[in-house]
Amino acid sequence: MAILDILTLPDERLKQPSVAVVHFDQALQAFIDALDETRRAGPAAVGIAAPQVGRHQRIVIIDCSGRPKTVNHGHLVLINPEITHWEGFEIGREGCLSVPDYTGNVIRATRLQLKAQDPEGGPLEFVMEGFEARAVQHELDHLDGLLFVDRVVSRRTDLYRRRVYKKGGAAN
Amino acid sequence: MTDWNIVTLVGQDRPGIVARVTRVLYEAGCTLGEASMIRLGGSFTILLMVSGSRPNAELEAALAPVAAELGLRVHLDQVQGGLHQHLVPNIQVRVTGADRAGIVAEVTQCLTDQGFNILDLESDVVGNARAPVYIMNIQGTCARTLEDLEQALAGLTTRGISVDVSPIELMIG
Ligand SMILES: [Zn+2]
Repeated sequence: MAILDILTLPDERLKQPSVAVVHFDQALQAFIDALDETRRAGPAAVGIAAPQVGRHQRIVIIDCSGRPKTVNHGHLVLINPEITHWEGFEIGREGCLSVPDYTGNVIRATRLQLKAQDPEGGPLEFVMEGFEARAVQHELDHLDGLLFVDRVVSRRTDLYRRRVYKKGGAAN
Repeated sequence: MTDWNIVTLVGQDRPGIVARVTRVLYEAGCTLGEASMIRLGGSFTILLMVSGSRPNAELEAALAPVAAELGLRVHLDQVQGGLHQHLVPNIQVRVTGADRAGIVAEVTQCLTDQGFNILDLESDVVGNARAPVYIMNIQGTCARTLEDLEQALAGLTTRGISVDVSPIELMIG
C-alpha cells in the first residue's frame, strides 16, 4: 500500500471544501486504508482528513486510543460526519500534518454529538468529549477548507479566559 | 546558517509603530523571522528576528530615522541559530497571588530545581493599586511528572500563592 503525499500550507487545495461520499465501494475502502497508513507514517497524528492528501471527499480518520488517560472511541473511520450538537469551550494546543513546524492554541467545544456513516454506509452516532472531540473538530474543519491556523488565538487569551471562568465560578 | 539579529525596540506606545518599522526593514532588504510585540505598561516593545546578512551598522543606520521620529530606543544583538527550532511545551503553570516582591523568583527557582525549561512566560498585574494581584502563565518542558511538580510547588501555596500545574496536550491532526 502506498503512503500518500500530504499537502502542506500554502497549498490552495487545503482551502477547497470537500463533497459528500456517495459510493461506498471497494475503491473507498482502498483509499481509507491508504489514508490511514499515511496518518500512521506521520508524526504522532491522531487524525487525518481526505483533503489533506488532495482528495476532496468528506472522509476522516480519528484514533485517540494510543493516548493514556484519554476518553475515546478507538479507531474511527467517519464518512460524511456532521456535528449535531456541541457545548462548552476550551483552549488547547494543536498541530497539523499540513502545517509543519507550528503549533498554536485553538478554542474548541469540549463536548459534542456526531453523526456519520461507516465505510459501508451504515449510520454511526457518538458523544465525544475533550481530546477526541478536539480531534474531530480539527478534522471536520479540513473538510470545510479550514486549517487550525485560521482559528489560532493569542497567547494572552488564556489569561483572560481564566479570569472570566473564575468570576463565573465555573470549574476548570 | 543564516545570520540573524534580534532587534529590540522600545518606546511610548502609539498607533502605527509596527507598520513603520517593518516597512523600513523591508525597504532595507531585510527578512523578518519570529517576533514578539506587545504593549507593556504604556510602552510598546518589539523583539524581532531580522536576517543579518547586512552589517549591523547599516541596519542601525536604516532604523535611525524612524526611531528618532517615533521616539524608539533600538538595540541589536547578533545571534546564533535561526528559524525552525521550535520546542513544544508539555506543561503549563498558572500562578496567581497578592502581588509582592519575589513571587516570580520563588516560582521560577522552584521550577528550575525540577529541571523545568521555561519557553514562554507572561505575567500581568491586575486588580487595583491598593490590592494588586499578580497573574503569571508559564509554559515549558519538563521531564518530571505532574505530581512531582505539584509537590515541589506545594510549599508556595501555603505562602498565599495559588499555583495550578496542568499538562499541555498537543493534538496533531
Ligand atoms: Zn490538520
